[in-house]
Amino acid sequence: MEITLPILILAIPVCMFLLLGIGGVYMPRKVAGVLGILGMGTTMTLAYIVAFTYFFSGNPEFIIDGVRQQFQVFDVTWLAFTERLVVNLGFILDPISAMMLIVITTISFMVHLYSWGYMEHEPGFQRYYAFLSLFSFSMLGLVVATNIFQMYIFWELVGVSSYLLIGFFYKLPSAVSASKKAFIVTRFADLGFLIGILLLSFYTDTFNFISMTSNPEAVLSSTGGATFMGASVLTWAMVLIYVGGMGKSAMMPLHIWLPDAMEGPTPVSALIHAATMVVAGVYLVARMFPVYCVVDDSLTFVTVVGAITAFYAAVVACAQIDIKRVLAFSTISQIAFMMVSLGCAYDQPVEGVHYSGLGYMAGMFHLFTHAMFKALLFLGAGALIHAVHSNDYTKMGGLRKYMPITHWTFLIGCLAIAGIWPFAGFFSKDEMLAAMFSRHWFWGAWMTMVAGLTAFYMFRLYYLIFWWEENPDYKHHKPHDAPWQMSLPLIILAAVSCVAGFIPFGEFVTWNGEPYHIHIELPVAATSLIVAICAIGLATVMYRQRNEWPTRVKNMCPGLWMAAHRRFYWDEIYMFITHKIIFGGICTAIAWFDRHVIDGMMNAFAWVTQKVSYSIRGMQSGQVQAYVVWYFLGAALLAAVTWICLL
Amino acid sequence: MDSVGNIIVYFIAAIAIAVFSVLTVTSRRILRSATYLLFVLLSTAVIYFQLGYQFLGAVQIAVYAGGIMVLFVFAIVLTHKPNDRSGVLDTHRRIVGLVASGLGTVLLLFALFYMPLPHDASLAECLTSGREITMQQIGEAFTGSGRLQYLLPFEAISVLLLACIIGGVTIARKR
Amino acid sequence: MDLSILWYLVPSVIMTACGVYGFITRKNLIAMLVSLELILNSADLNFVIFNRFLFPGSMEGMVFTLFAVALAAAETAIAIAIIINIYRSVGDSDIHKVNKMKF
Repeated sequence: MEITLPILILAIPVCMFLLLGIGGVYMPRKVAGVLGILGMGTTMTLAYIVAFTYFFSGNPEFIIDGVRQQFQVFDVTWLAFTERLVVNLGFILDPISAMMLIVITTISFMVHLYSWGYMEHEPGFQRYYAFLSLFSFSMLGLVVATNIFQMYIFWELVGVSSYLLIGFFYKLPSAVSASKKAFIVTRFADLGFLIGILLLSFYTDTFNFISMTSNPEAVLSSTGGATFMGASVLTWAMVLIYVGGMGKSAMMPLHIWLPDAMEGPTPVSALIHAATMVVAGVYLVARMFPVYCVVDDSLTFVTVVGAITAFYAAVVACAQIDIKRVLAFSTISQIAFMMVSLGCAYDQPVEGVHYSGLGYMAGMFHLFTHAMFKALLFLGAGALIHAVHSNDYTKMGGLRKYMPITHWTFLIGCLAIAGIWPFAGFFSKDEMLAAMFSRHWFWGAWMTMVAGLTAFYMFRLYYLIFWWEENPDYKHHKPHDAPWQMSLPLIILAAVSCVAGFIPFGEFVTWNGEPYHIHIELPVAATSLIVAICAIGLATVMYRQRNEWPTRVKNMCPGLWMAAHRRFYWDEIYMFITHKIIFGGICTAIAWFDRHVIDGMMNAFAWVTQKVSYSIRGMQSGQVQAYVVWYFLGAALLAAVTWICLL
Repeated sequence: MDSVGNIIVYFIAAIAIAVFSVLTVTSRRILRSATYLLFVLLSTAVIYFQLGYQFLGAVQIAVYAGGIMVLFVFAIVLTHKPNDRSGVLDTHRRIVGLVASGLGTVLLLFALFYMPLPHDASLAECLTSGREITMQQIGEAFTGSGRLQYLLPFEAISVLLLACIIGGVTIARKR
Repeated sequence: MDLSILWYLVPSVIMTACGVYGFITRKNLIAMLVSLELILNSADLNFVIFNRFLFPGSMEGMVFTLFAVALAAAETAIAIAIIINIYRSVGDSDIHKVNKMKF
């Protein structure tokens, strides 16, 4: 394959970032917006061409005997640390990176278009587009990385872009603190990632994904059976790399930044904190999947963390008031779903059936569909916020009459995420649950329950926004549908959410490149569908019209409701640990030591020097003859000493 | 065994040096003090001659007695009125000076008498064992650049003297 | 009676002691310079004496003395220029009045 197109896919967004970032202030808003949208549209077209070439051309570079290959379009040396440890920069084409190219560019283009309407009256419009381009570049670089070090670099770049965009409204203190929180929490996680990379590359002498994943047994044997604290070094490395993914993908206990990240502009939440950046952790696990397979402890860890997070986030989402927070926790829950799916895609025959491909494929499928319908939901939420000027559902209610487009698209999104046939979420969720049941019935049952909760809280949100009862404020300020720049992406994404489930995803994306024929597991599908419909029914009863049920349920167990509303006090726990224990306890002692012992030592030196110089400055009398006397006495003393020594 | 003439010359020069040195630093009239210094320098030149360094003795007389003394006299005349007397020294200062110089003298004499030096060679022996230093040798020593030849220091001294002339003029000229 | 090296070194020691005494006690700058000449001259004398008595075959002591004489001339010229300048600005050549550069 020619390298022109792949290079352009990365070059156009970064050039657009430089152009808009440097020259943006001299441009009118319209020019900057059109430039950004055109740039992203071109990138999207090119990405589609590349991805479709990869999937459909049948070129032996990409597919051999029906098995899809991993193909490095280019891979150039960038940093040579030692003879064997070399960092390259490159562009990999394989099923998941091609799939991610489509996802990222599509969502990014939709968000670019949508932002034109949404951000129209905000100051710093040009800067906003520059940051969006920077993010698109970083995320594209992340998914096409040929080696883990390149991925780490772009991993940090997306972190920076996320930081810049969360803190876009930098005059709001809450936005500033949210951006700092996001950056610091993910930085802590990235420390684990970096240590994991170093551990892994120390033993394997390579960063390259293909050389690691094509022969995971060699990676295992290269560690030479070294162990640390009861687990093998490779397990540690993979778990630490996963910790990086936990930070980016907001797994417990590093999830605390994502709800606060909703302080950023809503399109940004749709792009970064729902569809693309937060699934980087999932992508990372998928990318290293064959290596994860040889150390099953780390996959178990992935599963357990994912399962706990999915349930936790779903419960919390049931008790949030801010609609963006509900969507944020929903995102956490859904990403955890993908993690569990990957964790259950264990490369060993279970009861004679080789299930390894299923969980992986299903996780990627869900990543794809989730990106579409979660972006749709976020963009819909943005349209609502645009109309009502509040994030709070208590300020909404009964909006279905005023905003029909938003209402229908939002409903499609809710149905998709709830997993109702024939919307996209149904298919991917069914595959994931099938994979989990095949691994162990417990994971399947647990995640089915989470799926039910998902349906419940999404429809709770839906009814509270669009039904319930009309907000009396509408008489003064009548909400209306958003302009076409905002409605068009909603419609497109809703259409995609309707049909995406029928894509034969298994033909394209599997863990080893061999096609997998998707077939609906009827018992699993029926169970999850019944659970989802029951949950939707429950939500309908409770929230369709104003009634006493919600209050009654709340009063049945007020402690649980309050705990869920306060997100089970994770922020408070973090505050307690950082402020009371680290700042208050450890840092106070260190500060005391610094101020009194280290500084004290320096002050003592200064004090002694000053005192001594004051006391001896009288000797500097300006009398040459006095100097001569001292000089002579000194010389005489020296002579005497020398002479005594000579004797 | 040295000749009586040499011994007499030595004693005259040595006593002159001692006496005039003391007078130089004790005289209260500055012009006299400079004159006593001249006598000390001349006595030193006598010792140079006696030790067999005729050229050096000549330089001593010409440069020191002829050149530097003139500078001193000029400076004194420029900065003093005739018959100017410096004030009587206070006891404290005198004691400090005596202690310092006494201490130095004691140390030097101690070193002189206890250091392992070949005391026994007499002047006559040294004069006969040493070779005569001719003007040609001195000239070669100053104009060569080999071992024990001093062209570079010689040139450096020339530059230094030039710098001194310029510096002296610059510092002392009227502004 | 032999005139050994010690005989010649004694006047030199006396000269040095006088120079040190004079340099410390004299108030007048020119008088101090005169004392300095005494010390320098005794050093020259020592060079020559050691040359003659310890290394009669060579002439390095004499050469160094020649250089020292030239240096003394240079030093005296500069010192006197400075003294004249001080005399002009202070109106006196008393060392005790030249102490502006103390702490």
